[in-house]
Amino acid sequence: MTTYVLRRLVLMVPVAFLVTVGVFMLIHLTPGDPALIILGEDRSPQAIAQIHQELGLDKPLYVQYVIWIDNVVHGDWGRSITTHEPVAGAITERLPATIELGVVALIWSLLVAIPLGTVAAVRRGSVVDKLATGIAVAGVSVPNFFIGIVLIFVLSVSARLFPFGGYVPFFQDPWESLRHVALPAIALGTAGTAINMRFTRSSMIEVLGLDYIRTARAKGASWRRVVFIHALKNALIPVVTIVGLQIGGIIEGAVVTETVFTWPGVGRLAVESIFNRDYTVVQGVVLLAAFSYMVANLVVDLVYGWLDPRISYA
Amino acid sequence: MAFSHLLELENVHTELSLAEGTLRAVDGVSLTIDAGETLGIVGESGSGKSMTALSIMRLLPRSGRIVEGSIRFKDRVLSDLSEDEMEAIRGTEMAMIFQDPMTSLNPVYRTGWQVGEPLRIHRHVRSGEAIATATDLFQQVGIPDARSRVRHFPHMLSGGMRQRAMIAMGLSMSPSLLIADEPTTALDVTIQAQILDLLRRLNREYGTATILITHNLGVVAGMCDRVIVMYAGRIVEQGRTEDVFSHPEHPYTWSLLRSIPRLDAEPHEPLTPIEGSPPDMVHLPAGCKFQPRCPFAVARCSREEPSLLQVRDQLARCWVTQAGTELNA
Repeated sequence: MTTYVLRRLVLMVPVAFLVTVGVFMLIHLTPGDPALIILGEDRSPQAIAQIHQELGLDKPLYVQYVIWIDNVVHGDWGRSITTHEPVAGAITERLPATIELGVVALIWSLLVAIPLGTVAAVRRGSVVDKLATGIAVAGVSVPNFFIGIVLIFVLSVSARLFPFGGYVPFFQDPWESLRHVALPAIALGTAGTAINMRFTRSSMIEVLGLDYIRTARAKGASWRRVVFIHALKNALIPVVTIVGLQIGGIIEGAVVTETVFTWPGVGRLAVESIFNRDYTVVQGVVLLAAFSYMVANLVVDLVYGWLDPRISYA
Repeated sequence: MAFSHLLELENVHTELSLAEGTLRAVDGVSLTIDAGETLGIVGESGSGKSMTALSIMRLLPRSGRIVEGSIRFKDRVLSDLSEDEMEAIRGTEMAMIFQDPMTSLNPVYRTGWQVGEPLRIHRHVRSGEAIATATDLFQQVGIPDARSRVRHFPHMLSGGMRQRAMIAMGLSMSPSLLIADEPTTALDVTIQAQILDLLRRLNREYGTATILITHNLGVVAGMCDRVIVMYAGRIVEQGRTEDVFSHPEHPYTWSLLRSIPRLDAEPHEPLTPIEGSPPDMVHLPAGCKFQPRCPFAVARCSREEPSLLQVRDQLARCWVTQAGTELNA
């Protein structure tokens, strides 16, 4: 197990290298010279040359990369071009809000999807099944910013059940924090909920038809025991794969959702930085997103092994 | 009734609703089994033998249901029981083991956990105690190194070992009836013999009545007191094993016996296959269902279906033998 984790970490090195190269190249692939943004009005060739020298842009590309990666590894993610604050600090400050949003969205989507998918599978063709299918189709088809706007309008502005916008750190006031995160998390998690529900349902239907389910019935296990103990663990194996892929979607969706809900997270930081052509911050955010995705997939693989003992870590 | 059987099926009809139409998987089956007895049910795929077993356990697939007849087990009519009452019987008083040990165990739970599960469900024992019992059971069914095997997942065990584990699971609550549905079909020949030995030994030692479902006549000859031969959902012949084997009174049984190779046969004597193919269960022929493939058929066979009647020492469903004719090529 430990060796497996170590081996996976080693295998992540080439991926990480490619990711950092991609992120590093952002500045050189985007049109416009960063020096021009920094300088604003004063655009004398000397000033531009001086900025280039300060930023190391006059050195060969591979030297620039080595300097940059060395800094990144040592926690120096550069400074924001617009605010001159350290990028790492700006991201760390915004990170808790995004983590809370993403985690709550994921938990919400699983909390709804797994029970609903299971019931839909066990009661195939029933009203619950049809209703769940309808909700799933709607959930996948409607973009999350639209769901967000509807939620704000109905539950926040009209019904006044939830506050609109604003973020309260979880450890400061957990209850208020959850009230604030509820709507954005639902908006962000809905598409995933729908997909997870459909996966749970189809996977559950398949598993319930297998021989070992009949064995469990022949032992005298009740339907509930058969469904929740014998079938569910098997049925969740494909669902976990999908959830792993969704983590990327959540990071991506957070950008839109945070903008709609004025949520002070990394996603909105990314949007602001893109508009300001603040490429150092954009680099930082993209780098973080890529690494989160890699780590999330490692975790998914470990959960996979816990669910399915046939997968060997040897 | 002065004397009652452990299990008694009376005129059981089980239907399956499929896309092609409704089929009678079990058509008027009546049988009995007493404590300690071994009953063989023989027939080709689709003859209704597994469906008979699943009807007894009330474990039919969603598309299946018993439409007529009664099943009595220890003087209780099973169809009258609620699902909860049926669950209390399954695994405790009647147990079933299945054909394919590769797919019959849950891949994500340890074998000891699964084998001890009936104890946890029915006797509410602690998990540690259930595993300890499972270890004993593993030893009884001849799984070497039982203490470590209970901690293994099914995929780490061989096919024979898994079937032993299935048997151990079936026996965990000392049931009075064990239904073994083709328990050796998926195994190597040498392992088959070991598993049959095990079943025979358990039947002798614990007096568990056993219904052995198989398409292998050799298995029946070696193990069963009585045998039932099924064709197209019906019993076509029924009797003591030695009677049925020494002088079959239904042409299907007769053909089955001639299609197996024998060591005492003349060298180079060809085997005789059964002509034709198994019946289409949705569109069965009129009259005797075996008549299209029967070498002895007479005109009456395609018009009227014979009943299961006494012919010499056993029961047979055949106009020809009921009229006194002996089956001979």
